[in-house]
Amino acid sequence: MTTAPHTDPATTSAPFAVPATRAPGCPFDPAPAVDRARQEAPVTRATLWDGSPVWLVTRHQDVRAVLGDPRFSADANRPGFPFLTAGARVLAEDTTFSFIRKDDPEHARLRRMLTADFMIKKVEAMRPQVQEITDDLLDRMTDGRTSADLVTEFALPLPSLVICLLLGVPYEDHAFFQERSRVLLTLRSTPDEVRTSQNELLDYLTRLAAKKRKEPDDGIISRLVARGELSDEAIAGMGRLLLIAGHETTANMTALGTLALLRNPSQLELLRTEPSLIKGAVEELLRYLTIIHNGVPRTATEDVTVGGTTVRAGEGVLCTLNAANRDEAVFPGGDALDVTRDARLHVAFGFGIHQCLGQPLARIEMQIALETLLRRLPDLHLAIPFEEVPFRHDMGIYGVHALPVGW
Amino acid sequence: MRVTVDQDKCCGAGSCVLSAPDVFDQRDEDGIVVLLDARPRAELHEAVREAAAVCPAAAIALEEATERV
Repeated sequence: MTTAPHTDPATTSAPFAVPATRAPGCPFDPAPAVDRARQEAPVTRATLWDGSPVWLVTRHQDVRAVLGDPRFSADANRPGFPFLTAGARVLAEDTTFSFIRKDDPEHARLRRMLTADFMIKKVEAMRPQVQEITDDLLDRMTDGRTSADLVTEFALPLPSLVICLLLGVPYEDHAFFQERSRVLLTLRSTPDEVRTSQNELLDYLTRLAAKKRKEPDDGIISRLVARGELSDEAIAGMGRLLLIAGHETTANMTALGTLALLRNPSQLELLRTEPSLIKGAVEELLRYLTIIHNGVPRTATEDVTVGGTTVRAGEGVLCTLNAANRDEAVFPGGDALDVTRDARLHVAFGFGIHQCLGQPLARIEMQIALETLLRRLPDLHLAIPFEEVPFRHDMGIYGVHALPVGW
Repeated sequence: MRVTVDQDKCCGAGSCVLSAPDVFDQRDEDGIVVLLDARPRAELHEAVREAAAVCPAAAIALEEATERV
């Protein structure tokens, strides 16, 4: 007697759709389908929003191998590039000068115009200024009140103020650029919506660059103008990238990190009693939460074997940073938050030549924000039931839309 | 231990300076790696190994001394 071959749904390599959905009640964990792929079929087939196939690369060592390999291209204009959303193609158009979607040498040429501004000693020197902004925001948030939305009053304005200072963008325009940024990062935004918001943002920054040409200051935009190597449009494109990457990421890590600590009271207590743990705790929160949660796209430029699977030239891959950061081979017990863990091998900032340019700044912002918040508000608590926290499942950068807290 | 760095590969992420500030620095003009000590003393070796492991651009190469038996 013959029977049809049995396929266990848990082990089948049948493609599933990405971005995959998180399990109900597990908002800090990667989607079960991605987690299962890492354990059972670390390089596996998935399908994108438009039905096109993509390789999902999930293990820590494979993610590092792909992102560190020049045979995998970040060039979004290369055929086969796996766009995560319908609108993502617009974000990478040539007019945007987005070097995160370019390969070397053009990527290196543009990136190296900015690396000095984010190097360790430069950023370390900003600690007093970041501390002052942090204290000022907390003063205002707590003045005569016992509850507030931590996102709008603290987590979002803090990095927004800092990146505005660095770039030379007037902070009073924050409602304008935060709204455009929201549209660009919403997974469901249509290409037209993305294009409109993007053009408004680029027009704004082009005008700002032109203004700096006449009235120079000490900000990055003004200094890019002074170099004389880039058009105002190109400077606007670089500014757009820095402005969005500079505030959305840290803002979400700060709010989500606070929530993760509130949900893990023993870890919170450890950090309160031993504030010197803060640097390691921030690395662990970066690992555990990995807010770039939908994968980093690349295209193979030749046949490459990844984790025993051959990826053919022209095929797209998505490196799931969040799954890699839970890889038991590197982070034993990785599904638990442990602020005493050595998490420094995490790939929350990506890996390879495109690894986050602003990571030194993100680190000090998070260290100062969380240390100050825990020190100044010893009774900090969630002001709504955990089940009602609005998580950013719908966004390219994960986090919470709001975080009502009391103290 | 002998340390070499490849400034052409470096992407200026600064991870090496965080791991081993006595051995690595960044150039003022563009944040690219500068090697301060090509033969770091033994107590720095662990930090240097970490710096090489976290370097996103594989710009740090280590030659470990062969142990005599």
